[in-house]
Amino acid sequence: MTTNQDDQTQKIGEALANQSARTVTVLSSLLAIEDAIGYIPPRAIEQVAAYTDSTINDVWGVASFYTNFRFTPPGEHTVEVCWGPTCHLLGAQEILQAALQALGLSEEGDTPDGKISLKYNTCLGACSQGPVISVDHKIIGPQALGGLKGDAMVQRIIEIISQLKTGASNA
Amino acid sequence: MPDFEELSQESQRRFQELEAGDKPWIRVGTAVCGEAAGAFQVIEALNAELDKRGIAANVSAVGCLGLCYAETLVDILKPGKPRIFYKNVTPEMVPGLVESYLVGDDPRQDLALASFGDGSLEGIPRLEDLPMWSRQVRIALRNCGHIDPLDIYQYIAQGGYAALNKAVTQMEPADVIKEMQDSGLRGRGGAAFPTGTKWSFLARSPGPLKYILCNCEEGDPGAYNDKGILESDPHSLIEGAILAGYATSASNGVVFIRHGHEGPIHRTMRAIEQAYELGLLGDNILGSAFSFHMEVSLTGDSYVAGEETALMESIEGKRAMPRARPPFPAAYGVWGIPSNINNIKSLSYVSEIISRGGEWFAGIGTEGSKGTAILCLSGNIALPGMIEVPMGITLREVIEDVVGGVPGGRKVKFLQTGGPLGGVLPADQMDIELDFGVMSQAGAILGSGGIIVADDRACAVNMTRLLVAFCQYESCGKCFPCRLGMTNLIEILERIARFESRPQDMELMRTIGQNMAAGSLCGHGQLGWNPVQSALRSFPGDFAAHMEEKRCPTGQCLAPVFTPQRTRSRWTSAQPLELRF
Repeated sequence: MTTNQDDQTQKIGEALANQSARTVTVLSSLLAIEDAIGYIPPRAIEQVAAYTDSTINDVWGVASFYTNFRFTPPGEHTVEVCWGPTCHLLGAQEILQAALQALGLSEEGDTPDGKISLKYNTCLGACSQGPVISVDHKIIGPQALGGLKGDAMVQRIIEIISQLKTGASNA
Repeated sequence: MPDFEELSQESQRRFQELEAGDKPWIRVGTAVCGEAAGAFQVIEALNAELDKRGIAANVSAVGCLGLCYAETLVDILKPGKPRIFYKNVTPEMVPGLVESYLVGDDPRQDLALASFGDGSLEGIPRLEDLPMWSRQVRIALRNCGHIDPLDIYQYIAQGGYAALNKAVTQMEPADVIKEMQDSGLRGRGGAAFPTGTKWSFLARSPGPLKYILCNCEEGDPGAYNDKGILESDPHSLIEGAILAGYATSASNGVVFIRHGHEGPIHRTMRAIEQAYELGLLGDNILGSAFSFHMEVSLTGDSYVAGEETALMESIEGKRAMPRARPPFPAAYGVWGIPSNINNIKSLSYVSEIISRGGEWFAGIGTEGSKGTAILCLSGNIALPGMIEVPMGITLREVIEDVVGGVPGGRKVKFLQTGGPLGGVLPADQMDIELDFGVMSQAGAILGSGGIIVADDRACAVNMTRLLVAFCQYESCGKCFPCRLGMTNLIEILERIARFESRPQDMELMRTIGQNMAAGSLCGHGQLGWNPVQSALRSFPGDFAAHMEEKRCPTGQCLAPVFTPQRTRSRWTSAQPLELRF
């Protein structure tokens, strides 16, 4: 247990020291940690506070403000579904409904087996390709699914999500 | 001492080698639209096939040509032939295409979208003749889709950095500002403030430390043109920012991008490194006395971070909440240093304006809105994409002529312009011109250039509910009229959509809207009532059907809507923090 915690402390320390931002801030530090380990554990808050000479309050304030930060380990895979107006008009709600059902969730969150984190995304930025989803930060639109539309497209997306859920992890 | 003449010749030589060499040059569109369509898998398949057959070719990952509907777009230039654009290429199509056109000489008319450059090919239309291309005037998007964004020499070969060289060797900073004022360019981020005038404020602020902030937060759903420019042609932004720095005697530039958008982030960071390597950034740029430094700053997910004062808070690493003004950024900006915030699109025009003169730019567009509009069109249209058209063209021309109208024989019901706060514009107002003044008179905003087209299957109540859900989710929470008002508005709209509205709800919404407009620091709250107001004005029938007849005319409101709401309190689910002092 202790070694795991030491490991994490060290990983966080490395992420802080190696961040790409030229100007180091509380936010740049938090983003670096999230990139490195996928979430912000409580000890990271303390480490960022120490590293940036801020208070724990300041760091919590920033971390709880930006909606990308999460405070528990994410699932093995992250699936984001865009619900912006373009994707909405092109069928995002059907995808969301089917995805929630396939994963046994009632709203965005993690499956109990820790396999998948489902997130609503306000705009993935690929509006011309809508409706889009992102699987482990790779954006996928209908064109990449063989130009499928309507129910067939939703079906294909659910297949992809189900494969993630049952398939071997990409360790 | 870097000599620009030499640099320019070297760039020309390298570009000639690509364009007129003996190897085919294959360009694949890999902006976010291409990525979503599977461009990286296409490149993988292409490289594998070329290897297998032992064909020597240059393969470049370029940005977005703007014909996003045709992604993945593969552009093949064979020696002595015009470029051919192949549309909707999939990895499975690659072997056949290589076999036919690279091994053989069959240009595969059936897969081609258009040809471009000298000469023509039978059965393939010229790009200039496509309606989506012929109406465009490409200034800011001049290089997008044509050059490799990771290769600075290609940008220089297209005339890049010549404006910077001209400015630092032949022009005084005041001349640059004069040229910008003559051009009549107004900021393309939404506020439409004259760029030259804005720069003159910063020029008068005391130095030596001053900041040029380049805003690519771009949280508006429906708009991806800022990210598109950074992914396709980051040097046009960097050159514009350096010129802004020269004109205002600024010392530093920051490009502000939302984290997670790897394409624009990676390409901008690399472009900045390259500019440093060639002496176009750093101390004594091109041997002059002028020095300018640039970096990229990433923000977390927050829509309000795109507001100019919230942006500065975010760069400082704090919560992206707007500041009260005055003091204005030109006096007290990021880190308390005088700053000037520009949209990516505005800065991408600058080098062309300096090269060709302000008067040339002012000759395009309308009296009140000079130049071009960079639009992203998406939704229920035939040809979604990113285009640049002269100001003064009507919305109807854009929708019906340029991007092919609504497919399936349906009609436009409304346009959603300028981001969620812009609300909806009904189809009967599509004859208005693209012009900042005309559009605001019609109750719409051009904003950042996103236009989402909804056909007659869309319900105005459903869309309004979605837009307000976005605004509620993204309220930063600083001003309570916005924080609580948005929450109340979404509750009422959800009641209306469930046919459970109360008679007093309409009046209640108006009161909340007025209070939000009066009591909020930034545009998010001030304009937060706009989506509801515009829908009420244009589609009173849709609201009456839901509120009085308890039915949804399109049936859209009968389906569930999943939107994240009131989720700012997620942190309460975190493990309790062990406090140590």
